[in-house]
Amino acid sequence: MNADTMQNLMKNLRLVVAPLVVMLAGPTLAQVSTSTPDALVRDLTTEVLDTIRSDKAIAGGDTSRVQKLVDEKILPYVDFQKMTRLAVGRGWRGATPEQRAALTREFRTLLVRTYSGALTQVKDHQVQMRPFRAQPGETDVLVRTNVVPSRGEPIQLDYRLEKEDAGWKIYDVNVLGVWLVENYKTQFASEISAGGVDGLIKSLSERNRQLAEGKKA
Amino acid sequence: MTWCPTLRSSAALAALLLVNGCATLPPNAGQDPRDPWEKYNRNVFEFNDGFDAAVTKPLAELYVKLPEPIRNCLSNAFSNLRGPSTAINNFFQSKPIEALSDVGRFAVNTTVGVVGCFDVATRWGLEAHREDFGQTFGVWGFGPGPYLVMPIFGPSSVRDAIGIFGVEPFLDLNFYIDYPGIEYTVFGLRVVNERAELLPADRLIREAALDRYSFIRDGYLQRRRSLVYDGNPPRERDPEDEGDAADTDAATPPSGRDATAKPQSGAGAGPTAPAIEPRPESAGK
Repeated sequence: MNADTMQNLMKNLRLVVAPLVVMLAGPTLAQVSTSTPDALVRDLTTEVLDTIRSDKAIAGGDTSRVQKLVDEKILPYVDFQKMTRLAVGRGWRGATPEQRAALTREFRTLLVRTYSGALTQVKDHQVQMRPFRAQPGETDVLVRTNVVPSRGEPIQLDYRLEKEDAGWKIYDVNVLGVWLVENYKTQFASEISAGGVDGLIKSLSERNRQLAEGKKA
Repeated sequence: MTWCPTLRSSAALAALLLVNGCATLPPNAGQDPRDPWEKYNRNVFEFNDGFDAAVTKPLAELYVKLPEPIRNCLSNAFSNLRGPSTAINNFFQSKPIEALSDVGRFAVNTTVGVVGCFDVATRWGLEAHREDFGQTFGVWGFGPGPYLVMPIFGPSSVRDAIGIFGVEPFLDLNFYIDYPGIEYTVFGLRVVNERAELLPADRLIREAALDRYSFIRDGYLQRRRSLVYDGNPPRERDPEDEGDAADTDAATPPSGRDATAKPQSGAGAGPTAPAIEPRPESAGK
């Protein structure tokens, strides 16, 4: 099946359908463009920052509201399976499909929970796109941004995206020079060497349980 | 986490040297080529945690209760003290435009900005930089060397520590204040100010990390590498990541590799991590 033709068709279709959807849904639903990776990141972050800014409950630290925002707006554009696979590294090969699913689920829960907490700190930040370079036809790209607070230094926030059948998906995030996947690799490798893949799953779910109970880790 | 009473008791720096093996050590401690002194480092890390909980963090939490304008003023003034060092480092990193801009910043903020209290320069379009000798050595091609946790000061590396203790003090205006009382008060406040800025990250790391020690270490090393390349380092690819072969299934066992062998620390520790990484001059910066 010719993927290019299909994609062109979809793109054209979207050109027609998108304005319609926006018109019907009214001003509350902004369209996140998935046609190019930098547009996706720009629209996604702008929308999330706008929502946080206008939602007093989030600023007040209402984590369930943040969680909902993350679930609805961010998660559809993130490939957690790939993120988990890369962080787990060579242990992934020996893992059963069930173990892989459990790892992905627990890692996702951990990340969503901890980073939702970080989002409640956001006040009047604006996203600023940095120069984007990609060859046509590239399927793995780096999108670089700065998140600029009203005062203080900009925060470097970069993304790695891969083009998948369903469109561009984020699979790694860089905060101030630190790649998320990279920063979990060593910890995951030690857990696996100490207790196997199941040991890692257990550690992750244990941590998630503690966080859910609101205990300090 | 092991409770470590000796280290947690007040001012136990001396005890630190006597105590051995108090921190929880993973069985593979010291096998990571980036961190050959892991056993020592973990002990100091544990000590620092105790010191932080007892002294620095409470002070930082008190400090953030100051009105925001005052904190902003102090924070700006402290950055300004590092201005000359940043300018000289940019010069040594072959970035004369940035160096010149830093000189301008320092001149404007010291005068119009009242000893750095108001960051007028940023409003005038002179962007703030933060360069130190650790970064400059990195630009010159020196790798970080072994990771090093310094008592009180925390995460560092041999390269960065040489910069901080060997060179920076001579360029930091703090140490040219001729009244010891003021000199040390300013220094103390700077430490507290820096700690206060880390308070939000602190909670995040406690929640996100399975092992705080290696989470902080890996984060430190990644960040410093990124800074050497001014936020745009070349990609380090783990051979394990290549392609999506690993995604499909586990049909082909890795040849010549024992999957159950000692954990290599992920990428960055393997052959992909060059000890020396000269910065390409034509990086377009």
